[in-house]
Amino acid sequence: MDAIKTLTSIAAPLPLPNIDTDQIIPKQFLKRIERTGYGEFLFYDWKRIQEGPDTGKPDTSFVLNKPEYKDAKILITEKNFGCGSSREHAAWAIYQFGFRVVIAPTFADIFFSNAGKNGILLVKLSEEDTETLLKRSTANPEHKITINVEEQLVTDEQGFKAHFEMDPFRKYCLVNGLDDIGLTLRYEKDLDAFEAKHDTEFWSTPKVTA
Amino acid sequence: MAAKTMFEKVWEQHLVAEPKGEPTLLYIDLQLVHEVTSPQAFEGLRLTGRKLRRPDRHVATVDHNVPTTSIADRLVIADQIANKQVAALRKNCADFGVQFYDVQDSDQGIVHMIGPELGLTKPGMTIVCGDSHTSTHGAFGALAFGIGTSEVEHVMATQTLPQEKPKTFRINVEGELPVGVTAKDIILDIIGRIGTDGATGYVVEYAGSAIRALSMEGRMTICNMSIEAGARAGMIAPDETTFKYLYGRRFSPQGLPETAAATDQRALENRSGARPSFALGQNTTGRRDLWREAVAHWRTLPTDPGAIFDRELTIDAATLAPRVTWGTSPGMVAGINGTVPSPDSVTEEADKKSYARALEYMGLHAGTKIEDIAIDTVFLGSCTNGRIEDLRAAAKVIDGYTVSTKVRAMVVPGSQQVKAQAEREGLDTIFKTAGFEWREPGCSMCLAMNPDILQPGERCASTSNRNFEGRQGRGGRTHLVSPQMAAAAAITGHFTDVRNWKFSKGAK
Repeated sequence: MDAIKTLTSIAAPLPLPNIDTDQIIPKQFLKRIERTGYGEFLFYDWKRIQEGPDTGKPDTSFVLNKPEYKDAKILITEKNFGCGSSREHAAWAIYQFGFRVVIAPTFADIFFSNAGKNGILLVKLSEEDTETLLKRSTANPEHKITINVEEQLVTDEQGFKAHFEMDPFRKYCLVNGLDDIGLTLRYEKDLDAFEAKHDTEFWSTPKVTA
Repeated sequence: MAAKTMFEKVWEQHLVAEPKGEPTLLYIDLQLVHEVTSPQAFEGLRLTGRKLRRPDRHVATVDHNVPTTSIADRLVIADQIANKQVAALRKNCADFGVQFYDVQDSDQGIVHMIGPELGLTKPGMTIVCGDSHTSTHGAFGALAFGIGTSEVEHVMATQTLPQEKPKTFRINVEGELPVGVTAKDIILDIIGRIGTDGATGYVVEYAGSAIRALSMEGRMTICNMSIEAGARAGMIAPDETTFKYLYGRRFSPQGLPETAAATDQRALENRSGARPSFALGQNTTGRRDLWREAVAHWRTLPTDPGAIFDRELTIDAATLAPRVTWGTSPGMVAGINGTVPSPDSVTEEADKKSYARALEYMGLHAGTKIEDIAIDTVFLGSCTNGRIEDLRAAAKVIDGYTVSTKVRAMVVPGSQQVKAQAEREGLDTIFKTAGFEWREPGCSMCLAMNPDILQPGERCASTSNRNFEGRQGRGGRTHLVSPQMAAAAAITGHFTDVRNWKFSKGAK
């Protein structure tokens, strides 16, 4: 994954709360065994006319079908984004479609973790600040937003400025594009010692043999 | 020592490292694996030349993609992409040395069904799976949660996960549950109260007399849907009900043969109506009695008196009624005697928008009585309600009746073991006689990855866990209910209060 330090981009507004991962990437695309190729299926059902039988006709009113938002690297939405299924395909689809940042007041836990593992920056802003940015990007598709990861700041050309919280370790990983397994293996000695003792606590050990 | 919650005890017993300024490294006792969220993880191991650190702490099965029609359909899946995914799991398990329960195996089933059935799931363990309903296993007092595929790979390679410590939330359900009201109604009520993000960042412990009175099946239904309230995990304290369930299962610790004295004692206790003790094995041979030792450990796990939770909520079980979801989020729920609400009934702008969108998608109008909503389909199954007790309860409702001519109804047992047990009890005959389809085990119409899907506009009474837009098929309309409520709706063709049900012949 690419490291992110700063990013300036127009933003696609998606003003709905509780958007679940079934909407972000519907189940039929979870049958693939690859890690790539999910971008085109992002919000698959919402991109098509939903009334009646599936004709595949695009719903031109849906924000991701509007040419003026084509180059958006930022998605702005409402509370509890990414709730429901643990499918990491949702994070893959968002990243592979071209988004690098999602702004919302809150995110679901598993999605939050999945996004972090795939170089997507999730920016939590207050409901009011989110609303302001949603309105500005809706009114003007060319409205540019800047994210500065080092300083943990969101700004725009109209004087908007908001700080966002970020776990220092998560920030370190994101800025440096680090591999999690490699990081964990720094503690291999601790792990060996823990496991040697823990394995004698038989109630924890399934001891399954293939 | 300070009083601790059950979550804190399990957490502390799995700490591998607590590096300063970094997430805690937590040991994972068991990872369950299925076909959908594992191929990219195995591929990641291949690309980096890594192995599974502990194949003996992994168990795999196929559930999401498998057809439920016939053995032949399941062995070679017509959908080429699904077939390739199942084949990939078969090969990955062989290559990496993971125990795999294939479609034709008598232990195959939904991954969250087979863990408990095989005795893999036990109190005090940490359990993960690339599936959000892993919270199910918390019913045994395990810390169990769903993870993404990168984390699946992480556990495969290291048997650990870096984790931020969640907060704790105790929900006390006190009092006696009215007849006809089930575990499903409790959890739907909770989600309706606190919202689908009401427990985000928390591990929920369900406590109180109504929870203690539940069977393991009911407890699993409750913990299963913890994720629908946003919770990291749900847990219930292990007790005699838990021990009784686990005793003698394949991967449960084995006790020593009982002495004659212990057998006599047990017989005496049974006659007097006292609860049998499951720690009766006598150590007469100098060998360790692992069952007895395990039970002794499990008894130390429940939350200490006086332990402090970050948040608490108490619910009076006696006030609960059967629940039916009306919208496109599990929090959009009403009582069976209620009506479909109006967007004006909520105060927040975001909620008004959601309500309006949900009503349009569901083809419903505010003010419609829940009992007046007619259905086309009934789905009885899933990791939420596909257990033997669920099938027994539904069979009791339909026995002697016939499914409405306007309704297509299907039963998909959660596992091969459940299916076999139901067939031994003759439940399959009751279902088939009434007009239900009797299927092979799998996730099926809960998420409709296999051929079991709703058509656009079709309305389904479903015992599953999610009513999101398109969840059971594009344009499909899902109402979440208990097995009893689904069964009653199958007969009448519309939602019906099962508390007033006239049980027909032979109902026991």
